[in-house]
Amino acid sequence: MMDLSMQPGTFLFEAWQARWSLLNGLGVTMLSSLWSIVIATVCGTLMGVALAYGWWWLRLPARLYVDVMRGIPVLVLILFTYYGLALFGIDVSAFWAGIIALSAFATAHVAENLRGAVQSVPAGQMEAAKAIGLTFPKRLWYVILPQAFRRMLPPWVNTGLEIVKGTTLLSVIGVVELLLASQQIMARNYMIIDFYLLATVMYLIINFALAQLGGLLERRFSYLRY
Amino acid sequence: MIDYHFDWSVIARNWDSLLGALLLGLELAVISLAIGCVIGLAAAYARLSGRRWLAAPVWAYVEFIRCTPLLLLIFFIYFGLPEFDITFLDKTQSFVLTLSLYAGAYMSEVFRAGLASIPKQYVEAAKAIGMRPWQRQRYVVLPVMFRITLPSISNNLISLFKDTSLAAAIAVPELTFVARRINADTFRVMEVWLTVSAMYLVATYLIATLLRLLERRYATIR
Repeated sequence: MMDLSMQPGTFLFEAWQARWSLLNGLGVTMLSSLWSIVIATVCGTLMGVALAYGWWWLRLPARLYVDVMRGIPVLVLILFTYYGLALFGIDVSAFWAGIIALSAFATAHVAENLRGAVQSVPAGQMEAAKAIGLTFPKRLWYVILPQAFRRMLPPWVNTGLEIVKGTTLLSVIGVVELLLASQQIMARNYMIIDFYLLATVMYLIINFALAQLGGLLERRFSYLRY
Repeated sequence: MIDYHFDWSVIARNWDSLLGALLLGLELAVISLAIGCVIGLAAAYARLSGRRWLAAPVWAYVEFIRCTPLLLLIFFIYFGLPEFDITFLDKTQSFVLTLSLYAGAYMSEVFRAGLASIPKQYVEAAKAIGMRPWQRQRYVVLPVMFRITLPSISNNLISLFKDTSLAAAIAVPELTFVARRINADTFRVMEVWLTVSAMYLVATYLIATLLRLLERRYATIR
């Protein structure tokens, strides 16, 4: 069924011709996912701790932020960031505007997951840490967070998966990631089915691997060992 | 804010089209959820049937949908189906088809968990009073399952509603698309995006509140 002759006009030929733009797009997808995941993990952890232990004037804005972010579609967030930042005189490229929007969105999810995880650590752990005289940062760092993180791992991997899928939305503001790269190739050779399938397979490989990793971590960490 | 003066009259002038677009998005989400529930229920029964030739393709379908970005699926179906000479779908129908398939995969996981969580005694009791297999499903298993899964169904409705924003990519005139059009016409970027974000926010919280009420009424087993 498939023509393996590598003659001009066959899928293999066109895919080979387009290899660098495809790989480039794949790279942009991976890079933007990675940046968003890293930023969201750091900011989300801080915000999650604020949600769980913060003073009310810290907790209130954090709660508001999380609820607002969960009620707005990511695409709107991306478009808002892209067109909105320019008005503030902040000149960011589409790539970074997209990363800012994606990580802002994922921060809310990580924060909420971390809050849940932190609050599911038995209160006795905190009390025991207090009893041996640890200061609050030490209680957090040595006692609460290590236990919270292992509970948070499966939803965290899920958020990562959502981010990888979310990077396709960056194509709307003109970031040439895997989807837009594929579409540009299709615009050249009209092999719509073939190249959408190729892009799908690439996303499938990345996300299926991530999902399996999530399942693995869930089996490994879903119960607590003291 | 540098040299930007808010002019909210843009919103007032376009309020009707914005509201109509919001309702269209809601409509698309509800229709897709309804079709998705049917697909999901069939898929869940197939997964639990214990027949490999039924369960394996359904597993592949669910994993495929869950690992593929929605935007890619939307483009794939919108631009791909005409290549197979399936041209009777307009952009809105094509989007509903995509979102339904997408919802179906997620709903099948929800229903699978729901069906698995029904106590075995319920089915045994139904058997004992002489119900036929379809009666057991119709009068015992399904009503209980819907009550158990109601919170998940409402969460799915909310995320489907947010996903309707992606329909803007194939020019379905829902809220995000209308917002971009107004932006292109007027350049009132801040006003439009602030309004649209607020509209999405209010709509999602309104749906959430209504569904919580529904859950309080139905989600408990008495």
